[in-house]
Amino acid sequence: MKCIIIDDEKMARVILKTLCNEIQSLEVLEDFPNAIEAIKYLNKNRVDLIFLDIHMPGFNGLDFIRSLKNPPKIILITSDPNFAIEAFEYDFIIDYLLKPLQFDRFKKAIEKSKTKNLTLASNETNSSRKAIENDFYISIDRRLIKIDLPSIYLIEAKGDYIKIKTENKDYIVHSTLKKIEEKLPDSLFLKIHRSFIINLKKIIDIEDNSVLIKKDVIPVSRSKRPELMKRLDLL
Amino acid sequence: MEFPNLEYINQLAGGDASIKNKLIHIIKTEFPEEKKEYYKSIKLGVFPRIEENVHRVKHKISILGLTKGYEIANTFEYNLRKLNLNGKEDFEKILIVITQYIKTI
Repeated sequence: MKCIIIDDEKMARVILKTLCNEIQSLEVLEDFPNAIEAIKYLNKNRVDLIFLDIHMPGFNGLDFIRSLKNPPKIILITSDPNFAIEAFEYDFIIDYLLKPLQFDRFKKAIEKSKTKNLTLASNETNSSRKAIENDFYISIDRRLIKIDLPSIYLIEAKGDYIKIKTENKDYIVHSTLKKIEEKLPDSLFLKIHRSFIINLKKIIDIEDNSVLIKKDVIPVSRSKRPELMKRLDLL
Repeated sequence: MEFPNLEYINQLAGGDASIKNKLIHIIKTEFPEEKKEYYKSIKLGVFPRIEENVHRVKHKISILGLTKGYEIANTFEYNLRKLNLNGKEDFEKILIVITQYIKTI
């Protein structure tokens, strides 16, 4: 497997290279002290695996992940597992390793990256997975909170955050509507405006260009209205 | 009181002196710089910068086998994120211990 290393700490890069040298199937092509240089490299070169430090000043590991168009497999390197939680939303994240790296754990992660090929080959699509899962976890103040999907009635974009409104409680999460939309079953949820996703089962009434859900009146974009009407069970 | 050691580095190097020396050289050159940066940030009172400095030193603390020291640094880093300097004194004691130690390796 051809791999690259991205870590702002020289020490971490040397350690990773040392560990990679112990695994015959790994070939370290390059190592980078920042994500920007790595992006330039990836624009011209193909790699199979990236070892990525999450906590880097400026453009951090998560920014890097979001910038990838055709991401290869990624193993995260971090000294704080909480930083890795958000990144695990992505299928191509194989594992995360805590600093200081231990060889046995490192070997396991490499093994996992080989197994991941099999999982991808089994053709499990996002949509089929979305249909099976009935809940997901959100990270708030270093805690993972389980959210029951049908209990969500509204999700609203608020700058860099989203507000998830459920039957029992509201949650503010550092994420985007696009990311959460990928996790929601299409059968239940619809994005009706650039700032709102609604649970179709929770609609009370629809009037002109707005929808009433609980006590919230939500605008419907003109472009989203046909899709909304199509999805309703009209008499 | 725990003391720094080269157990992790020795284990990683697996008898390869060049790797061991390379890692020790990095610690010896980077740590004093990182310590200097930390005190500069403390003087300026810029929390995100202090947090960044602590984060960088933290990895070296763990590499030098200071398990409790790593926890102290972790807690301090977490407090800094909440704009709180609790744990500063304990963290700075670790800096002193490492400073002394790297003179001997």
